Amino acid sequence: MATVTRELGSRLLSTMKLMRELEHRIENLYRQGKIVGGVFIGRGQEAISAGSAIQTLPEDVVCPSHRDLAAFLLRGLPPWMVVANYLGRKDGPTRGRDGNTHLGALPLGIISFISSMAAIVPVANGVAFSFQYRKQPNVVLCYFGDGATSRGEWHEAMNFGAVFKLPIVYLCVNNQYAYSTPVSRQMAVEHITDRAQGYGIPCQLVDGNDVLGVYEAAQKAIARARKGEGPTLLECVTFRMSGHSAHDQAEYVPKELFEKWQKKDPILRFEKHLLEHNVLSRQDIDDVYSKVQAEVESAVTRAEQSPYPDPSGLLEGVYASAE
Amino acid sequence: MPVMTYIEAIRKGIWEEMERDDRVFMIGEDIGAHGGAFKLSAGMQEHFGPNRIVDTPLAENAFVGAAIGAALMGLRPIVEMQFADFISTCYDLIVNYAAKARYRWAAGVPIVIRGPSGGGVRGGPFHSNNPEIAFVHTPGLKVVVPATAYDAKGLIKAAIRDPDPVLYFEHKLLYRRIKEDVPAGDYVVPLGQARVARAGTDISVITYGAMVYVALEAAEKLAQEGDGVDVEVIDLRCLVPLDSEAVLASVRKTSRVILLHEDTRTAGFAGELAAQIASDAFDCLDAPVLRVTAPDCPVPYSPPLEDAFLPHASDVIAAVRRSMAY
Repeated sequence: MATVTRELGSRLLSTMKLMRELEHRIENLYRQGKIVGGVFIGRGQEAISAGSAIQTLPEDVVCPSHRDLAAFLLRGLPPWMVVANYLGRKDGPTRGRDGNTHLGALPLGIISFISSMAAIVPVANGVAFSFQYRKQPNVVLCYFGDGATSRGEWHEAMNFGAVFKLPIVYLCVNNQYAYSTPVSRQMAVEHITDRAQGYGIPCQLVDGNDVLGVYEAAQKAIARARKGEGPTLLECVTFRMSGHSAHDQAEYVPKELFEKWQKKDPILRFEKHLLEHNVLSRQDIDDVYSKVQAEVESAVTRAEQSPYPDPSGLLEGVYASAE
Repeated sequence: MPVMTYIEAIRKGIWEEMERDDRVFMIGEDIGAHGGAFKLSAGMQEHFGPNRIVDTPLAENAFVGAAIGAALMGLRPIVEMQFADFISTCYDLIVNYAAKARYRWAAGVPIVIRGPSGGGVRGGPFHSNNPEIAFVHTPGLKVVVPATAYDAKGLIKAAIRDPDPVLYFEHKLLYRRIKEDVPAGDYVVPLGQARVARAGTDISVITYGAMVYVALEAAEKLAQEGDGVDVEVIDLRCLVPLDSEAVLASVRKTSRVILLHEDTRTAGFAGELAAQIASDAFDCLDAPVLRVTAPDCPVPYSPPLEDAFLPHASDVIAAVRRSMAY
């Protein structure tokens, strides 16, 4: 296992914790009736987006899905903007046109996913194609769930990425449920890697609750893509420690599974690792956490200060303005 | 001025844009060594190289998605649909991704998706469709339907330079049948400006694509057959943005209107035009608004069936006579 510097350990921990606490706060805003649309969180899955996106360079691009909040944060999207987007406010990245993390920011290298989840994969390929076209040494990290891998767009995109040897890393967040559908109803093979191998894409099964395991696997895959050796698929096995969205109580998931995966919590696990290897002290960790709490509170305050969009702007931006 | 076919004009427009701007590239099936199913890109890969004339696997979602991603990064992709009918396979990426991106997160998707549409070549149910209306009904997309070689070149250039996603539906029947003087140099036909294809005073036929020629044929026959009816033909050129002013101006002038398209009838573009005319030019009308369209059925293969499906000059003449009788 990689030795973790103090700086890396503290950044990984604080990113995962920020994702966890921000999403927790967002769920509360939903329960308070302040968020009117869907709330999709990645509790228990923080290690995947954190351990991978932390390695991107400024000109690289991420294409995260809705349970990959750490990727948005690591690219520099301010937490208050995430909250503002959920709240439907004017200063959120979509100015109230879309909710939750259906958002993108080109200057930050974040490409927006859409609700038909697999659609992002061929689009992410196009971003990687642009790097190839311009002979730019950059890479794309493309995230999707196990459910997305049943769609035709995903299969077409896997094949295309392999044929073109695109500089992209496909990160499958296999949280074992797509809404209420378990992986066993999603496919007859055991793993997503079984699917991707058929396209000639090197694959690796990764413990998605081990941030350092994700980090190492992503490091290799990113290096491979950057060298022009083509795409890699990482199947990060984890568990969705929530319903599909905040309205969903997930009664269809056996309770024992939540209990089993609770013990594998990626944040607690990483905390333990940092303490055992003397990377951070208990005091250091507590300091990280109190900073995170303050950040979450100020994010909510700032987001709530942002006004709702003015209905007079309803039609703005359907097309480029004629200038 | 060189004489050029409709398909040469499109090719020339793309060629010039690729010379002018190295962000422009073309992607699709069989467009490289083979030069495309209709040979539109024959020789282009030799000139521009395989990185700019990009052959892909047979997978519309994959290459339309790739074009969208490349466009988000500032490139200017032109996607060739081998047949416009196949666009239904990648409907999600066009209407949910490309069309909504600017509105949702201020990300422009400057792609052109072009390909052969329309019947009359015995292509049958999967090689003859006119799929424009689904995209006309999707805010965020532009829809171009050229009828002449001059417009084919000028409009493809405008489409490539446009900051929004543009669907450019060529009519395959016109590819090598239409031949005319086309300027050699650079010119653009702006999107959203209709054209008076034939000036007239008594009745307006509003149409687009290959039906422009059907309308013109009907107009000439009516002029010769002693009806004494002077028909005006409006070629819309673009359905989105629509030149409503040109439509209304013609109707206000003639007071009678026939709406003609090759697409099927129910909820076709004629329905939208009829509504606009009824609400904004009702006072000027001397007769009901009439539609001449294909019937509500798939495009059949066998010649007598396809001939019965497609609108002809005789159908337009009958509609004109009906309108004039009011």
